[in-house]
Amino acid sequence: MALLDINNLSVRFGDKNAVPVVDGLSLTVERGEVLAIVGESGSGKSVTMMALMGLVDAPGIITADSMQFDGNDMLRLGRRQRRKVVGKDLAMVFQDPMTALNPSYTVGFQIEEVLRAHLGLTGKAARQRALELLRKVEIPAPESRLDAYPHQLSGGMSQRVAIAMAIAGEPKLLIADEPTTALDVTIQAQIMELLLSLQKEQNMTLILITHDLAVVAETARRVCVMYAGQAVELGQVPQLFDEPAHPYSEALLAAIPEHSQGAARLATLPGMVPGRYDRPHGCLLSPRCPYAQANCREQRPALDPKRQSLARCFYPLNQEVA
Amino acid sequence: MNSQTPVTPADQSLLYPSPFKEFWHAFSRNKGAVAGLAFMLLVVFCALFAPWVAPHDPSEQFRDALLTPPSWLEGGRFTFLLGTDEVGRDLLSRLIHGARLSLLIGLSSVVMSLIPGILLGLLAGFFPRLMGPAITRVMDVMLALPSLLLAVAIVAILGPGLINTVIAIAVVSLPSYVRLTRAAVMGELHRDYVTAARLAGASLPRLMFVTVLPNCLAPLIVQATLSFSSAILDAAALGFLGLGVQPPTPEWGTMLASARDYIERAWWVVSLPGLTILLSVLAINLMGDGLRDALDPKLKNAI
Amino acid sequence: MLSFIARRVGLLIPTFFGITLLTFALIRLIPGDPVEVMMGERRVDPEMHAQAMERLGLNKPLYAQYFDYIGQLAHGNLGESLRTRTSVWSEFLNLFPATLELSIAALLFAGVLGLLAGVIAALKRGSLFDHGVMGISLAGYSMPIFWWGLILIMFFSVSLGWTPVSGRIDLLYDIEPRTGFMLIDTLYSDDPGAWLDALKHLILPAIVLGTIPLAVIARMTRSSMLEVLREDYIRTARAKGLSPVRVVFVHGLRNALIPVLTVFGLQVGTLLAGAVLTETIFSWPGIGKWLIEAIGARDYPVVQNGILLIACLVILVNFVVDILYGLANPRIRHQR
Repeated sequence: MALLDINNLSVRFGDKNAVPVVDGLSLTVERGEVLAIVGESGSGKSVTMMALMGLVDAPGIITADSMQFDGNDMLRLGRRQRRKVVGKDLAMVFQDPMTALNPSYTVGFQIEEVLRAHLGLTGKAARQRALELLRKVEIPAPESRLDAYPHQLSGGMSQRVAIAMAIAGEPKLLIADEPTTALDVTIQAQIMELLLSLQKEQNMTLILITHDLAVVAETARRVCVMYAGQAVELGQVPQLFDEPAHPYSEALLAAIPEHSQGAARLATLPGMVPGRYDRPHGCLLSPRCPYAQANCREQRPALDPKRQSLARCFYPLNQEVA
Repeated sequence: MNSQTPVTPADQSLLYPSPFKEFWHAFSRNKGAVAGLAFMLLVVFCALFAPWVAPHDPSEQFRDALLTPPSWLEGGRFTFLLGTDEVGRDLLSRLIHGARLSLLIGLSSVVMSLIPGILLGLLAGFFPRLMGPAITRVMDVMLALPSLLLAVAIVAILGPGLINTVIAIAVVSLPSYVRLTRAAVMGELHRDYVTAARLAGASLPRLMFVTVLPNCLAPLIVQATLSFSSAILDAAALGFLGLGVQPPTPEWGTMLASARDYIERAWWVVSLPGLTILLSVLAINLMGDGLRDALDPKLKNAI
Repeated sequence: MLSFIARRVGLLIPTFFGITLLTFALIRLIPGDPVEVMMGERRVDPEMHAQAMERLGLNKPLYAQYFDYIGQLAHGNLGESLRTRTSVWSEFLNLFPATLELSIAALLFAGVLGLLAGVIAALKRGSLFDHGVMGISLAGYSMPIFWWGLILIMFFSVSLGWTPVSGRIDLLYDIEPRTGFMLIDTLYSDDPGAWLDALKHLILPAIVLGTIPLAVIARMTRSSMLEVLREDYIRTARAKGLSPVRVVFVHGLRNALIPVLTVFGLQVGTLLAGAVLTETIFSWPGIGKWLIEAIGARDYPVVQNGILLIACLVILVNFVVDILYGLANPRIRHQR
């Protein structure tokens, strides 16, 4: 059985009739897999994972047919039960490490807290384990870092601590939400490498939320492209990169600087992601799509199997065998 | 995408509302502030037209009506709407005349501390080496003493009375104006428009009062409102301690002090003056909150 | 940490001298002849007048007088009361525990209730409870506490007869002062009712004195908590699977407390000013009542050095709060 099986997940803010931020998303992730979720800011990537973690708050409403994780339906799990899973089997690393750590507590305290809550480790045992974790995330001189406060660490170092905290419970699934966006370019590759080596070492499943397609190409096996709260294409990395089926995937790929060598300007997609009040009737991409036809503006396509992937489009690209 | 909408000449007054309109729009959204303003307008009206509004002379003693309860209670008389005090003076009239005193003390102490406060603050801000440290040190010392205690100390030297109360309260609220002005000036001095004015050869007084000061006014207006309310409160406290305005002048705090002895017999002589103080101070504080939100959104979370 | 404390101490010294200048000036500014004022009588015999000038050092130049004053202070000599002929220092020491006990009770009342109300209001933002807390806090902030005290006396003491009207303890009990804290001293007493009686005397004054700090702390806790709850590290704490109680109190409140603590420190000054009023209303034999009575009796040595002592107290407390602030906030502590 798959480790994670999300079925028809929607997240709205406000009332039931509000425009969904995540719209009917279904996603299956196998054990030991690396899946990337890509999309523009506000496409619902992070909210999806927050919903899974139970971090969506009051005005937010989550509906789904099911949200199976490791044999538990996260949607129907009681709060207490869910807290036993979250932070242990299901962990998350956030975007900005400088604000993700509590400024009032030492690094050691914040790691040991997870060990105490989920593994029942206290005192010396917890400290010992925290030290091992710091070593594992390749922090130099870990003994001295245990008693350091977050403001004494650099961004990259903080992110390593955040990763150490996340893997403290030896999670089955680690969600990394744009883990390198806030870091210096030179540090970004190091952090990605660390995440991947940890994933291999512990045979952990990794969901990588990013808008950096170059990172996706190097790391993930499968990729889910999201647009305006919907998954628009879901497929294997090499196929999707070589022959995208959805026009939005194509546009994203064309916007990578490396792909436009020689071109005078970088390819861009005109227009903006539809907001709360200008959601089109038909396909959500139709106002911006260069290939849109009349029926694209009337009806919404479903996420159907195409030649190379699952795509949400009436007129998928690259269907003829090359 | 080029939009081809024809550009229609818009009414300029609609696009750029006058600063006052803009302010009123922001202020009137705050219901508490509007309620506070309405109450204060009533108080100001009473204060201005006290001799005509008040049903009786505030010091006229009705010897046949000592400690008459308010009119709606048993034994109350319609001529004494809120009852009378221990020597038969009409409470409502005394409260209305008391509004005059409280507003007078508030207004004059604010003016008396605002002007020197701004001057000192400007000096400290414009001469950060020469005068800044000395002025801030002195203000720090004044802030080290709780305001009421400092006021008590000043009255202890000068003796009780209306004018000394005003002086004491003015001195006490001086440091906050100096600090605010200085901080605002220091913030503005590095702006480009000040440099531009300097390069254009503006004289020092012009720089101080015409260029910089208007841009520092928002927090000062808010502070003036808040210190107006604490002036009323402190004046009443001094009166209550017997150090402020002396009886038989109808000052709210002084009235409370003489009412203390009747706490077991006549609740109204104790309750009503204090309630008037509370409502006035509350109304001004509500207005102050509204002003702060409307004038200076940055200060929203400060106390 | 040591250098942090040293820097704060460095800031303390000029403020202290500023205060002594102020209290020194206090006496010189009294209108009229200083000797007549000091002795409390008019038309003093010229010879005695000269002697008094000599004795009080008033015939020296001003700066010399100031150095004399500082010298006296350095020797721990704060003068003696004109009324009782006892030293100001010993009077202060006698009365201070009463004020301290009252202030601690008031701060406990304000701190516990204010933090709780502020945290709950922040967690239930926009609810009826939240609006209620904000409304009550605004009223509390505007409260003339001398009136508030009278209203409480009228209700609880006069109408209901639950609490006594004034003093620290009923005259029936003869309590030997050991610590000066009535709630502790009564524990040594043989009479079991004494402690309860002392507590009954303390409740109303503590509520009255704690009202404004309560309002300020509740308001400040709420806004600070609202800000902190939006922080990323709260999300991190929740993603660790920690209990809501732990998230709110260990991760949230700890950070929200930092600004609240500053306000708390500033409240200490207000508290001592409030003590003057509260002690007057409840005839509480503390330093506030002492000072007001001294002013009424023109007991100038008490007024002068009483104010000096209270000011030093405020500075000292603010200093302690500063240090606590450093302890609570590692970023401040490590600042150079």
